[in-house]
Amino acid sequence: MSVRLTIIAEIEKVAAEQNKTLHPLADELVLLNSGLDSLCFAILVTRLEDDLGFDPFTASDDVYFPVTLGDFIGFYEDAAKHNSPAALAG
Amino acid sequence: MQQSTIALRRLLGDAADLSGRSIHGAQASSSLGQVRCGTGFGGCLPELAGRTVLLVTTEQLSAGLALIELDGVARRIVLCPPDLQPEHLTTVVADAGVDALVTDCDPIGLAGLDLPLLAYRLPLVPAEVDVGESRTTEWVMLTSGTTGAPKMVIHSRAGLTGAITRKPGGNRPVVWGTFYDIRRYGGLQIFFRALLGTGSLVLSSAGEDVGDHLRRLAGHGVTHQSGTSSHWRRVLMSPDARIIDPDYVRLSGEVADQNILDSLRKAYPRAEIGHAYASTEAGVGFEVTDGLEGFPAALMDRCGEVEMKVEDGSLRIRSIRTASRYVGAGAARLADREGFVDTDDMVERRGDRYYFNGRRSGVINVGGLKVHPEEVEAVINRHGRVRMSLVKAKANPITGSIVVADVVLNEGDASSPEADASHATLKNEILQICRDELPQHKVPVLVRFIPELDVTEAGKLARPHA
Repeated sequence: MSVRLTIIAEIEKVAAEQNKTLHPLADELVLLNSGLDSLCFAILVTRLEDDLGFDPFTASDDVYFPVTLGDFIGFYEDAAKHNSPAALAG
Repeated sequence: MQQSTIALRRLLGDAADLSGRSIHGAQASSSLGQVRCGTGFGGCLPELAGRTVLLVTTEQLSAGLALIELDGVARRIVLCPPDLQPEHLTTVVADAGVDALVTDCDPIGLAGLDLPLLAYRLPLVPAEVDVGESRTTEWVMLTSGTTGAPKMVIHSRAGLTGAITRKPGGNRPVVWGTFYDIRRYGGLQIFFRALLGTGSLVLSSAGEDVGDHLRRLAGHGVTHQSGTSSHWRRVLMSPDARIIDPDYVRLSGEVADQNILDSLRKAYPRAEIGHAYASTEAGVGFEVTDGLEGFPAALMDRCGEVEMKVEDGSLRIRSIRTASRYVGAGAARLADREGFVDTDDMVERRGDRYYFNGRRSGVINVGGLKVHPEEVEAVINRHGRVRMSLVKAKANPITGSIVVADVVLNEGDASSPEADASHATLKNEILQICRDELPQHKVPVLVRFIPELDVTEAGKLARPHA
């Protein structure tokens, strides 16, 4: 499954578990307005690390707090490139 | 006379110029000029002279203004935090010797306590206030987030304000803001900084949207803003983060890691960024403004107003800013014989810096909410197939920490496709028990099955720092 689809699936799972109503998940959606609270995002980042095998927040030298869903997915996609087997081998 | 022995209201009265200075709540504001010669007690303040007053308000603005009026009048002020559970009210009243109640709307049922109950109402009305000779009021604060009744500690105003130095402002009038409630130690520090300095103050409001709060701060021209790391992480996730342009950004109440410090530096390149170490019991230990996590080893083991040392791995502090003692019959000693308060915060030296390394008790801080691992383990262990479990913190970029669990099963850790499928079901069952029994922040985010857990020679679960 792609990074994007993994993230979307986890967001929907976390929202369901925490009884949160999600706004439609478009790239321009502001995360703080998505229906998820801080705890949901904390859970999401931890689950994604478990699913994807990396946490771009701690791996990245460039500090960053994503504002929109598009920022968030892009942040993980960029990190995935650096964590791919080719990148590791290189 | 030393400034620390003069009542707060009189200090304001002596201030050369209060014009343009206000305290702003989310719903209402009050100018410091009104505070100097007004009252919310409607003429009843003299009744509180020499009393031990429990202050319970819904609005932070009412609490702040009442504190100014009560300092120097009451014998003791017990400052009720916003989340005091009604079932702990009787204990607080009895242990602190409360003999009068002040409230703006009686949010937790004070009327049943059979004590004089005085209303505090806004807006303030002009009044000639003469309550006779000023006394040194004790300030009682409640510690946060423990299970059971909160502990209460006694501070003096001199101790509470001992760490305050004037922060350099720019050309703009100083406006302090705090994401932290002023009825908690971290927020009260900012209340005093605004009041005793030259500034105004913008208060937070429970449940207010981050964007709305930031717009309110920007509207009042905030120059000095304080909050926990969790507060600041929420700000940085807001598209409105940059509508404030502070000269000074302060973090306290939670460990400030390098990521949040660097993120704030990037968001507010003009601002001085400081992280302070303080606790309700130990007071303000120090503030670091070099932009690096942890604190310089040079701060340790030196003489001065604040003395710090490490014993058994935890940070100990002795200073005039520490609370004097716990309140209540049979209360534990707050400081050791030499006057050092054990903060229970574990620190580790690496090179010329010390770094925070969790709590001695293993208590996990999830975005400001405390979690006792034993409570969560007890719930997990109720599942029939669980032999034992260890609940611990995992670092998290949003809430600082998050709860995870290692679980040992009765049948061991057989690895097979069938066992994996069974484990997935089992994990869901364990999590469901936790969700049914625990608040959301206490439910483990990850559950890992492991073959065994380390046990100490004393037969106890080996915990990080225990």
